[in-house]
Amino acid sequence: MAGGISIARAWRKVSGSDIYYSFRTSRITVAAAIVTAIIFAACFAAPLIAIQDPYDPANLDLGVAMRPPVFWGGGWDFPLGTDDQGRDMYSAILYGTRLSLIVGFASVLLAMALGVTIGLVSGYAGGATDAVLMRAADVQLTFPAFLIALTLDGIVRGLIAQKVLPFDHDAIALPVIVLSLGLSFWPQYARTVRGAVLVERTKDYVNAARIIGVRPWRILWRHILPNAMGPVLVIATINLAVAIITEATLSFLGVGMPKTQPSLGTLIQIGNDYLSSGDLWITVSPGIMLAVLVLAVNLLGDWLRDALNPKLR
Amino acid sequence: MIAFLIRRLFQAAIVMLTVALISFVLFNYVGDPINAMVGQDTSLQDREKLRQDLGLNDPIPIRFARFVANAAQGQFGLSYRTAEPVGRMILERLPATLELSLVAALFALCVGVPMGVYSGLHPKSWVSRILQAVSLIGISLPTFLIGILLILIFAVGLGVLPSFGRGETMKLGGWTTGFLTVAGLKALILPSITLGLFQLTLIMRIVRSEMLEVMRTDYVKFARARGLKSRAINFGHALKNTLVPVITITGLQLGQLIAFAIITETVFAWPGVGQLFVTSVYSADMPVMSAYLALIGFLFVTINLLVDLLYFAIDPRLRTAQAATRAA
Repeated sequence: MAGGISIARAWRKVSGSDIYYSFRTSRITVAAAIVTAIIFAACFAAPLIAIQDPYDPANLDLGVAMRPPVFWGGGWDFPLGTDDQGRDMYSAILYGTRLSLIVGFASVLLAMALGVTIGLVSGYAGGATDAVLMRAADVQLTFPAFLIALTLDGIVRGLIAQKVLPFDHDAIALPVIVLSLGLSFWPQYARTVRGAVLVERTKDYVNAARIIGVRPWRILWRHILPNAMGPVLVIATINLAVAIITEATLSFLGVGMPKTQPSLGTLIQIGNDYLSSGDLWITVSPGIMLAVLVLAVNLLGDWLRDALNPKLR
Repeated sequence: MIAFLIRRLFQAAIVMLTVALISFVLFNYVGDPINAMVGQDTSLQDREKLRQDLGLNDPIPIRFARFVANAAQGQFGLSYRTAEPVGRMILERLPATLELSLVAALFALCVGVPMGVYSGLHPKSWVSRILQAVSLIGISLPTFLIGILLILIFAVGLGVLPSFGRGETMKLGGWTTGFLTVAGLKALILPSITLGLFQLTLIMRIVRSEMLEVMRTDYVKFARARGLKSRAINFGHALKNTLVPVITITGLQLGQLIAFAIITETVFAWPGVGQLFVTSVYSADMPVMSAYLALIGFLFVTINLLVDLLYFAIDPRLRTAQAATRAA
């Protein structure tokens, strides 16, 4: 009973807020949110609604390879057709999208954790620490994040080739790509948080906290950071779309997720070899999925940026 | 002016030094130069002797200095994969990448600016709305998907343009060019559109928002009150003032284009340095990777420096601002 009341109260609070109003009145944002929610739900439920587990080699059957989708004259056993290994495309796309989302979220979280920490340290410490950290961010921002991620991936491959790392690359492809992406995206967060810290640290509430003896870390995390979270969340949403694109790009280039564990980018790459022979479905359906996912996330990010920007209210 | 120049040069030197350091570490520590030179059956003693002879046991600063000196002459040793000199591999493929990036930049500029001007002058027209929507999709679609889409339409579907390679090229000294043959020019069309599309949307958006801003200023209103023709106002007064950020962005984007050519070159099997880099990442070919990084670092730093200087030359306000701070 009490739970019901508090949920109702929370809902009233949300539904009366400015942000919810700006969400409700933007039809395209609502549409993007619905599409995103459906994709997320489908990916969570992938093991339940997929026809087969596309990562299980036992399910690969060359006898049914290159079957076209239903609307291309194929049968209902493989609604979206199969790839060159006889993998069901519908299941592969579900699992691949899930993989793209996992990589996207994990790398954004990593970049955010790293960037926010560096930004807090840099802004609060100032001096030489600040100068070194921010120059590092400058140098990194000179180059596209995707180039840095590609280089990091190459370094890991080099270390594996030199037997410094005792792994097979395919076995650790997922953590490697998350690490590469996470390490390429931190500077934007660091810069934003540092800027916010510089503004906030002179304010009265920070001085008051310092005077009553609150430790610097606690001031940074509990007092300053919550005031800097708005822009960080906006960056994170837009960053999620960029991370998904970058992962797909790396996988398409053949240096991301391996063919035994395909993400959307890997599927598109597999299909790329068959484009000229007219067997388009292996590329086209994951391509559409990727485009829709990225577009929806981008639209949400654009809306969030405008909604949280006090100048536009 | 001098202080500004020195500060910029200093920053450029820091970036270049960092890139050189990373490149050095990749070359010497992630890869093993000795392994690349000798066969499996070379004894440990022979390896150690070679190591000594090549100066690989010298103190790190000396080795770094030697690395930089060699790199400046384009010497990065032999590729692990093909055993060819890395400098020559890169030099052979550089023209392909530079021509592609240049054409892509021209395409982005020549189409993006007019589109931006139009949608800035008529923000409410339906053409502008369509342009805005298309540019959002252009930003959302990954480069390689756009490339595949273009291949599907123009190469597989209509069969009018080639989907891979440079077509026919001609040799001018050490430079192979695709500009002089019909097949070479046709082969350039799809890759350069793919590569330039993102920059096109970027330029269009910047020109549009700058035009919207400039059209509200007093001097444009005043020019209109004086009875000047729309054409004179739009192009002589408004567009001229939007060009400073456009030139900066285009210049900086040229570096991005060279880096993003990696993707386009892979999609279109374009024999440039980007494709070479992907292959070297895949096969952990450290000398090629470190050479490519050094090259791209050098290009980025040079381009950024030039753009900064250009910015300074174009915008008289910057010069007066500098003079004012010095006087104060």
